Amino acid sequence: MASTTSSIMDTLFQRSLEDLIKGLRLQLIGESAFISKALDEIRREIKSTDPHTKSNALQKLSYLSSLHHFDMSWAAFHVVEVMSSSRFSHKKIGYHAASLSFSDSTPVLLLITNQLRKDLTNPNNEFEVSLALECLSRIATTDLCRDLTPEIFTLLSSTKIFVRKKAIALVLRVFEKYPDAVKVCFKRLVENLDSSDPHIVSAVVGVFCELTSNDPKSYLPLAPEFYRILVDSKNNWVLIKMLKIFAKLVLLEPRLAKRVVEPVCEHMRRTGAKSLMFECVRTVVSSLSEYEQAVKLAVVKIRELLLDDDPNLKYLGLNALSIVAPKHLWAVLENKEVVIKWLSDEDPNIKRESLRLVMAMVSENNVVEICRVLVNYALKSDPEFCNEILGSILSTCSRNLYEMVNDFDWYVSLLGEMSRILPCQQGDEIENQLIDISMRVRDVRPELVRVGHDLLIDPALLSNHFLYRILSAAAWVSGEYVEFSRNPFELIEALLQPRTNLLPPSIRAIYIQSTFKVLIFCLHSYLLQRESTASSYPDTSALSELASKREMPESSDLATFKAPHSEQDEVFNPRVSNQSSEELSVGNGGDRTISHGQTSTPVTSENSFTYEAVVNQLNLIELALGPLTGSHDVEILERVRNLLCFIELIKGEILESLVQKEENLNSAEMKSSKIIKLMSDAFSEELGPVSVSAQERVPIPEGLVLKENLNDLEMICGDIQLPSSISFSLVSTHYEEGVGASLPDLQSKEELEPPSEATSLLAEHRKRHGLYYLTSEKNDIVANDYPPANDPKLHDNQNNDTEDLVKLTEQLLVSKKRPNQAKPRPVVVKLDGDVVPVSAKRPGPKDDSLSGAVQEVLLGSDTRTSTSRSNPSDKSSSKRKGKEKLITDPSSELNENLGDAEKLDHENPSSRRSKHRTHGKERRHKSPGKIREEREENGLKDKKKSSHRHARHKTRQRADVPLNVVSETPVIPDFLL
Amino acid sequence: MGIRFILMVNKQGQTRLAQYYEYLTLEERRALEGEIVRKCLARNEQQCSFVEHRNYKIVYRRYASLFFLVGVDNDENELAILEFIHLLVETMDRHFGNVCELDIMFHLEKAHFMLEEMVMNGCIVETSKTNILQPIQLMEKSS
Repeated sequence: MASTTSSIMDTLFQRSLEDLIKGLRLQLIGESAFISKALDEIRREIKSTDPHTKSNALQKLSYLSSLHHFDMSWAAFHVVEVMSSSRFSHKKIGYHAASLSFSDSTPVLLLITNQLRKDLTNPNNEFEVSLALECLSRIATTDLCRDLTPEIFTLLSSTKIFVRKKAIALVLRVFEKYPDAVKVCFKRLVENLDSSDPHIVSAVVGVFCELTSNDPKSYLPLAPEFYRILVDSKNNWVLIKMLKIFAKLVLLEPRLAKRVVEPVCEHMRRTGAKSLMFECVRTVVSSLSEYEQAVKLAVVKIRELLLDDDPNLKYLGLNALSIVAPKHLWAVLENKEVVIKWLSDEDPNIKRESLRLVMAMVSENNVVEICRVLVNYALKSDPEFCNEILGSILSTCSRNLYEMVNDFDWYVSLLGEMSRILPCQQGDEIENQLIDISMRVRDVRPELVRVGHDLLIDPALLSNHFLYRILSAAAWVSGEYVEFSRNPFELIEALLQPRTNLLPPSIRAIYIQSTFKVLIFCLHSYLLQRESTASSYPDTSALSELASKREMPESSDLATFKAPHSEQDEVFNPRVSNQSSEELSVGNGGDRTISHGQTSTPVTSENSFTYEAVVNQLNLIELALGPLTGSHDVEILERVRNLLCFIELIKGEILESLVQKEENLNSAEMKSSKIIKLMSDAFSEELGPVSVSAQERVPIPEGLVLKENLNDLEMICGDIQLPSSISFSLVSTHYEEGVGASLPDLQSKEELEPPSEATSLLAEHRKRHGLYYLTSEKNDIVANDYPPANDPKLHDNQNNDTEDLVKLTEQLLVSKKRPNQAKPRPVVVKLDGDVVPVSAKRPGPKDDSLSGAVQEVLLGSDTRTSTSRSNPSDKSSSKRKGKEKLITDPSSELNENLGDAEKLDHENPSSRRSKHRTHGKERRHKSPGKIREEREENGLKDKKKSSHRHARHKTRQRADVPLNVVSETPVIPDFLL
Repeated sequence: MGIRFILMVNKQGQTRLAQYYEYLTLEERRALEGEIVRKCLARNEQQCSFVEHRNYKIVYRRYASLFFLVGVDNDENELAILEFIHLLVETMDRHFGNVCELDIMFHLEKAHFMLEEMVMNGCIVETSKTNILQPIQLMEKSS
């Protein structure tokens, strides 16, 4: 009783959707409160038995779900109820709610099959049919598609255009969900292509456009029909779709391109509609780019677009240019001044497109100029675009191991320049490139050190956290290649300046390690200098000392030196021993010594490593790093301790040696100089880039079982804490060398091994890994006749406005030859691991089953009309048969052979055109034969299924043999080709 | 599928109509609408009407206070979609007589109905205003 009254009350006083919307607009009690109140009402009303109340509630619910994103899945059953209402206005609400809220996982979908069937076959009300079609196109599942295929098939030839065009559009979803429907519906779909009604044609073309874009080759046989529409149709929408279809098809069939290119150009010339014109342009530049005349015409049209005031056309023009760029760079160069002009457009999208095009224009000859122009634009742009510019400069220049860059001095100073641009956020990339270049390109190191020095010495840069990674690279480079530094003392001061406390600990640790290296270098140079001037050693010059030192068996040195200091000098001990073992096994110490000797001369000539200076530096380091002994960061602490202990060790003896200097250099003094020499050797050991695959090339020692199950070890070693993370990047490995003291396996920087490996294996590796150093470095001693590095003149024209820039670029682009071309490109070390990026593999056909089915129908319908295909027969038996067939199918072999033959032909492009014709004929004989053969083998009953299976099998094969596409083309009748 | 979704959004970023041609969960819809609206509404008249978003291309056009946003596949013809938007607006104009935001708010089901006549399963199936409006007029007469 109560429920009836409430139901009546609901009906009488129910809020309509309009009331709901008005209430929402008034917002007397706030939106969310209002909606939750409304939802409560809806929950009550929707249970009502009165169809009007119920559908009204559902309508409100749909509204809230659609526009305010409220869940309505709980009402699924009510949706089904309203859908089955007999009144059209209610039914409409139900269907709308269903298409809004149902998904593949909605359980009540099972209940609506019959309702849909009833509505689809409603002979009186075409609007109900249309509702059902519309709803199906959104929610159809595989089951629904399978069950309703017969009804949809009937509707495909409905006399009511209104219904038929919707059925056609629906077919797309049906094919996607239930590929077997192709066998039933495809022929009718194709027939609709010939329809006299433009709406039908428009709908069918839309469907084929989608189908073709997923799997073009299945639809090649329909090319004649498509061609007719392309030539005859007056409807721009249809023509656009047609062009999209042909853009896909001509890529597979060059003969088709020849036929199509003329009508496409004709449309391009004639049409007044920009959309159609643009589609023609896009088709030509993307698919018909071999046809010179067509491309020229397209480029003329693109230019019109580029010069238009409408930003949309501008954007599309740039877009089309970037499609044409890879094949016809002249088109871009022709329009370069426009392209560069749009770099300063208001619209970020347009700017981005034109940047992409500018980057496409970059070549070895103009990279310097283009980069200069771009950096100037970057300075003027908003931070976001500025970073995009810098990012694309970095990625373009580093492509294929810097193949664009001839002048590394320039590039390195550009990197330094870019780091200083304020909104630059490319720290990581610049860091990587700085270090990568320093290791790969030996000749650029002096410039690199200079750039690094400039960056380090500027205290202002330390406040910009985006630069920290760059600074860490600069610090590393300065430490590693300190021998090129003009003023090592200044470098130490820069590395220890007070503002470095702004740096994060990991980078600070790199700074300290670099300080260590620089200090060792200074001390070593000081000793050399003193030795060479000391009268007591008249016969030992600095260079010969250096050179001879290398030949000395260092292991004995090591032994004597190790004994007294074994505790505090753990840091460098393993490193030295590592190095000496390397030398013992490989004996590659020579080249490094030479370079060291060469380069140490300019330093010593400019800087006198006086005693006072050295002592000052030692004091400075002690002063600056002293407070850090209390640091909480392990990395910093470790390095500071190492450095301070070392200084303590050295200092006493150096001070002492001053007193005794004139008299004699006794054995005590020798000890410290020996230590310094050893350290210096350790640090001057060259770091090379290591191939990614180096590890793989280590032969596995005999008797070593790598795949042994080591689970037992866990029990034994369970309580030993292993370091959780080991960074393999070159930079971090570098600073891990310090920590490496405690973990012997970390010391060898090129061994990327987990620390849990057995130590014997490690020893083996260490003995061998020298082999995997780059040998190429030995013979790349290029004459060091570099002109002075290009000083960045960028600041001068910073304030140029766009016109100047355009002019500049123009000039620069015109003068193709670089003035300093004479300079040879320095050697860039390459490794096997640096694989030149290969273009991504094309994904195979997305929907095997669909394309297989379509091909089967098309091939079948062209050779023999078979009505038996259209009635679904029982599956279980045919499926089994089909599988048997797969195994013993002789024609699949035939197909494969053909594919191979085709492939051979393709490899010989000169004879391509003539051969195609013969192949086409040959195949035309073969393909019906194949099908006949098939039929003889299979009983009539399971013909349909097995041939379908067969088609599937073929598709898969085709994916394996990508070039035998042409073998599918013979079905295109002669009149087209 | 050419057209993925059609949205009508007012200046304040409130959705006035949303039609999806592929299934997205409510959360996905909410996120998508939020991102797109933020992207498109920030642009001015001098900027082009195309925005790339995730794997979609958004083609949008502003009529008075209302933005029409259409999400399409990347190879769809942008200019044709702009023409489609214009056709949609003209159709609604013809039906409502100088259509405004309120018309769409209060007659959402009619707007949906028109869209359903024009677009089916992401394909444009009807481009004649008379044909699009015929069923609606019939329905209005009968009720």
